[in-house]
Amino acid sequence: MHDITENILELVRLTSTDLPPDVEASIHQATEREEPGSAARGALETILKNVELSRKNSTPICQDTGTPIFYVYYPAGWSTRLLRQQIEAAVVQATQKAYLRPNSVDSITGKNSGNNLGGKHFPSIHFEEVDGDSLTIELMLKGGGCENVGAQYSLPNDALNAGRDLAGVRKVVLDAVYQAQGQGCAPGILGVAIGGDRGSSYYASKETLYRKLGDTNPEPQLDTLEKRLVEEGNQLGIGPMGFGGKTTLLGTKITHLNRLPASFFVSVSYMCWAYRRRKMTITADLVRYE
Amino acid sequence: MRTLKMPLSDDTVRSLKVGDPVLLNGIMITGRDAAHKWMVDTFIKQSRHPQGDDLEVYEAIKPLIAGGVIYHCGPVVSGLDTKQYKFVAAGPTTSIREEPYQGMVMKHFNVKGVIGKGGMGPKTLAACQDVPCVYLHAIGGAASLIAQTVTRVLGVYKLDFGVPEAMWVTEVKDFPVVVTMDSHGGSLHVSVEAHSKAMLQELLAQA
Repeated sequence: MHDITENILELVRLTSTDLPPDVEASIHQATEREEPGSAARGALETILKNVELSRKNSTPICQDTGTPIFYVYYPAGWSTRLLRQQIEAAVVQATQKAYLRPNSVDSITGKNSGNNLGGKHFPSIHFEEVDGDSLTIELMLKGGGCENVGAQYSLPNDALNAGRDLAGVRKVVLDAVYQAQGQGCAPGILGVAIGGDRGSSYYASKETLYRKLGDTNPEPQLDTLEKRLVEEGNQLGIGPMGFGGKTTLLGTKITHLNRLPASFFVSVSYMCWAYRRRKMTITADLVRYE
Repeated sequence: MRTLKMPLSDDTVRSLKVGDPVLLNGIMITGRDAAHKWMVDTFIKQSRHPQGDDLEVYEAIKPLIAGGVIYHCGPVVSGLDTKQYKFVAAGPTTSIREEPYQGMVMKHFNVKGVIGKGGMGPKTLAACQDVPCVYLHAIGGAASLIAQTVTRVLGVYKLDFGVPEAMWVTEVKDFPVVVTMDSHGGSLHVSVEAHSKAMLQELLAQA
């Protein structure tokens, strides 16, 4: 197994300083929909200018470079212990190069580690062995503002008249968008998980955010609900930054997990417009970033 | 578009209305979660005794904040090892977390402007009327662009809070913001929330 620290560092740089093409295109389309001269359109135009500048200068799109969340899909024979070491080394270097802000704080003492390491869970790394001979690493940088407006509902929810079915799911997700207002840096992208336990449900809601914006959910009724939620979320009129406007959501992704008979959780992870997620694939000596 | 030089006078603050775009110039200081809790616990509620350089920092920041502007921001800073500090990325952080503290801080230090994102609540809005003060909204996530308006880092206090939580003293040129809460009780956030709440009720009533 060779050392891929340099490649991981490049993955971090690319993720922090450039927006994926599908996200940038979606913000362009949203800009065109907003009224000329409106605060909403002004905000989106500023966002696009900022992305261009960040790409050109290799500086972070957002100063909150978030929790680095890595998903590593490795072929048999790779050492997850060594991969973890290399990911950690790359994260330290990325912090020194100011691609990442030192973001790892001891919850008891309040001390910032200064290098984005800290305990077993920072950065967040998930490993899964896969068939074939390609190593794939996906990275998302998820900021604190949007993480704070995530929500988990336990159905039935009487206040929202939401029962244990997709109609109930729709209601609580709309409530989550309303509760978030502009505080998660709208326009946002929702990752929604139905079922699971409290922990697995939140994990799954984040995993679904690795999907592309324009894709289709393989389950037709979930695909329909995803599209409806984007449309109805936008009808709330919260708009970019919460300034009011037509674009509150850029997308919604829904997944589901088996649940206990007693539990019916709906977990909503809100991702800000600075939807920083990238994928790196290594096959033999070939490294591909997308 | 109005161009304003900090510090801001009461007359200037009173003349600002929700929706006004403003370019800020002069000296401002960053302060977010740790700084606000520290200011309130140590100097306003005095539930905690001053320790270390607390009193020294208090005396140093008082004249900077009086008539001045606090920016809710945890920047990415280069030159940490050489102390040749430069803001690399410096957009606003979510302001609502300072809601328990902000009004008290505004009154105690005579703050004239608070910059952040997402807006703040009724306690801050009331303090904006009393002090007077305005809440200025920057574009969340526009960090590289905003960092370019920070022409100089003049110093830093409380770096032991960590880079994002430290109080950075900066000089800015044409820093772009929009007034979303004014000193007359106006708040864009209140009206957007009310409208979205009515829409939510309509949508919840549908199957």
